[in-house]
Amino acid sequence: MFKKLKNMNARERMLIAAIFSGALLLAIFVLSFTISDGNLRANARIMDQGPSFSHPFGTDWLGRDMLARTMKGLRLSLMVGVVASIISVIISVILGVGSAVLGKTVDNVISWVTDLFIGMPHLIFMMLVCFMMGGGVKGIIVGVSLTHWSLLARVIRAEVLQLKNAEYMQISSSFGKSLWFIAWHHVIPYIMPQIIIRFLSVFPHAIVHEAAITFLGFGFSPQTPAIGVILSEAMAHISTGKWWLVFFPGFLLVLVAKSFDSISEQAHILLEPVSANE
Amino acid sequence: MSLKGEGLGFYYKKDKWIFNKLDIKISPGEVKGLSGYSGCGKTTLGKILAGFIEPQAGTVTVDGAPLPRKGFRPVQMIYQHPEKAIDPRWRMRQVLTESFTPSRELVEALEIRGEWLGRHPIELSGGELQRFCIARALNPATRYIIADEMTTMLDAITQAKIWHVFKKLCAARNIGVVIVSHEASLLKRLCDSVIYLEDVTAKGSAA
Repeated sequence: MFKKLKNMNARERMLIAAIFSGALLLAIFVLSFTISDGNLRANARIMDQGPSFSHPFGTDWLGRDMLARTMKGLRLSLMVGVVASIISVIISVILGVGSAVLGKTVDNVISWVTDLFIGMPHLIFMMLVCFMMGGGVKGIIVGVSLTHWSLLARVIRAEVLQLKNAEYMQISSSFGKSLWFIAWHHVIPYIMPQIIIRFLSVFPHAIVHEAAITFLGFGFSPQTPAIGVILSEAMAHISTGKWWLVFFPGFLLVLVAKSFDSISEQAHILLEPVSANE
Repeated sequence: MSLKGEGLGFYYKKDKWIFNKLDIKISPGEVKGLSGYSGCGKTTLGKILAGFIEPQAGTVTVDGAPLPRKGFRPVQMIYQHPEKAIDPRWRMRQVLTESFTPSRELVEALEIRGEWLGRHPIELSGGELQRFCIARALNPATRYIIADEMTTMLDAITQAKIWHVFKKLCAARNIGVVIVSHEASLLKRLCDSVIYLEDVTAKGSAA
């Protein structure tokens, strides 16, 4: 019943990879809700313990359970990353496609704004936005999505400009198809690979920026269990040999990012006609 | 009742006319050949008649009315390269039904097999793809078809088969056809009359 991995085709391999990655993300999601918030409270009796059966990820210098903090932190970081990536991709698609199809004046204005955002240092702008929004989740999401749309918007503009001259696009309009039909059925599938790739590369950015902003004091408050907060706190303790404080949260963060990556890669293989039946 | 181009002129570089003051007329049911050396403007003229490009001078009218800018265009064009005329990301079922849902008879007449419909364009050959392009051009609202080197890249047997079916279908619906090609023997065989574009550009008229 089980074939060797090499003998499977892309569809079967993708299914297995997607199940693994999906299961991991789901497990983190479920754990983050089932672990009680009581584990986040400081407890002087169990300070600075290494990994054990009762505390698999160890405890920190305030006696907080690291498993609970990591799971809840990952949930928050995942949420921030996903929402920020989606918003930034939506901005890019609208501005990129608009720039390509709405004529010269619109193109000039959008290109100018895009260049402006590419030239601006991300961190400074995000600090400003976070300060304006009063810090917290909202500030980080808005900050990250407002600074990460410009590159994709440029790529999409170029792709759509090229696609506009394709014979099948002109034929579609000679069939009397509306602009919406053409955008939805011809343009979006064409730029989808760029969108997916960009979505996934913005995702880790969001988490790193969240950590950076928090580190500088504009993001989350220190008791929020965000992965960025955990990692920047753990930095101070690495030299004293408390490796578990940084190892488990860091490793899980890498794993989560990798699962996202593998899901998107498999999706890409399936979406590309050349490789769909490999 | 005819597809008419009057006083058509086109250039890429200002005042370097590829053709100018060109008149052309195709009646319903007529099969007209369009021939000439490479680069003389055969395809350009075809695209102007089908409304894909605007001429610098002159007008195109279909049965007395100008070509509609919105909605289905009654003049359809079939291109030389079917793989460029079909979205490579679509499946063939979607391609076939983009302009309308063809009847079973039409699909069978063009020998389009059911098993092709689930595939992507790269999984079919040029000849197989061209059948789909023909099928979707034969919308009930189509009055005229411009076939631009439609079978040039196909082998002789497939060519003969496709032309045979295509001519029959167009005749049955009284569709006017312009066949663009530089194969004189093909045009001689298929067309009621043939226009040689290099003669016309000199004189300026082709009735």
